[in-house]
Amino acid sequence: MGIFSFFRSRNDGTTAKVAKDRLQVLIAHERSDRNGPDFLPMLRQDILDVIKKYVDVGEDSVSVNLGQQDACDVLELNITLPEDEVIKVEPSAEAKRRAAERRAAVISGR
Amino acid sequence: MTKTIVVTSGKGGVGKTTTSASIATGLARRGFKTVVIDFDVGLRNLDLIMGCERRVVYDLVNLVNQESSLHQTLIKDKRLDNLYILPASQTRDKDALTIEGIARVMHKLKKAEFDYIICDSPAGIEKGAKMALYFADEAVVTTNPEVSSVRDSDRILGILQSESKRSKMNEDPVKEHLLITRYNPSRVKDGQMLSVDDIVDLLAIPLLGIIPESPSVLESSNAGKPVILDEESAAGQAYSDAIDRLLGEAKPHRFMEVQKKGILSRLFG
Ligand SMILES: Nc1ncnc2c1ncn2[C@@H]1O[C@H](COP(=O)(O)OP(=O)(O)OP(=O)(O)O)[C@@H](O)[C@H]1O
Ligand SMILES: [Mg+2]
Repeated sequence: MGIFSFFRSRNDGTTAKVAKDRLQVLIAHERSDRNGPDFLPMLRQDILDVIKKYVDVGEDSVSVNLGQQDACDVLELNITLPEDEVIKVEPSAEAKRRAAERRAAVISGR
Repeated sequence: MTKTIVVTSGKGGVGKTTTSASIATGLARRGFKTVVIDFDVGLRNLDLIMGCERRVVYDLVNLVNQESSLHQTLIKDKRLDNLYILPASQTRDKDALTIEGIARVMHKLKKAEFDYIICDSPAGIEKGAKMALYFADEAVVTTNPEVSSVRDSDRILGILQSESKRSKMNEDPVKEHLLITRYNPSRVKDGQMLSVDDIVDLLAIPLLGIIPESPSVLESSNAGKPVILDEESAAGQAYSDAIDRLLGEAKPHRFMEVQKKGILSRLFG
């Protein structure tokens, strides 16, 4: 054992730790995809696409899980928004177009 | 009662064939009548690892197609009396196998009173791998301490839980075992490689054994002699421990620590 590895705990900052963290996220995703009904991955993608119209989020910001609570099936939806950039973000072209449409509708009294 | 065990992994080249050969040999050595089947149709290799490549006449596809009898097709191991090898075809493709055809072969092996049927799965999660695991009572999920191998192992676990015969027939689930192969304790210690704890944590199935990365595996395959017969080698001993655990014995895990070297390297290493 070298003197440096003695002081360094195996758990922080090592590539093995990074590998484990990545796998934890990925495996959880893939398990919920295959345990749930077939449409869950597509539902997840659709929700993600909608959110992306308004907020600049990453591909892994939405998770959809089907769980059970007592006698009910519960669809659990988790959306992680970027921490403080939400407000600063430039609206997407799509969001701007929709906003313009909305305003036009108000003005024309529809 | 015949027990069918599949050695599977998803990812290729992780040590399935090495493991199948050693598990079959280990079980036969402990007195069980055992057959090891190569399901890697088109890429036959188990015969080489078992050292019986020159005695292959008929193969699994012939047997499935009823072109040969069980007696003609099984190759008797040259070292152990109660060990048989059922080779894969080298010329046909994976589509040559059908569940019905394999069911007939399994039935014949049961009638021949085999204690264990070991199925060496091809890589992948396609038809060939599904065929190899379909009849399994137990599964040895062979995993290297490496991201893509762990991910693929998890996917194969999903398939075991949804596409095996046991799951389709609503029977007790396939019993899952984790076998970590090509483990390198010194790289784990340096934080470069996923540890046993990490992998058990991620896959959440019981640990059957840890096979260290060992040069004797290559030497054994050169000689056509399953590494479990090399009792001097760490890998051979680790496989032997795994057999004991498979048979229900509680044995502490070895080969997780960096092997002690000579006194000099202990002082200066
Ligand atoms: N514990 C080990 N130490 C060192 N080398 C190993 C070990 N286990 C397997 N190997 C080597 O890894 C290579 C792949 O092994 P093997 O053929 O058993 O894998 P496999 O999973 O059956 O591959 P495939 O998916 O192609 O069927 C071989 O060269 C083998 O010698
Ligand atoms: Mg193989």
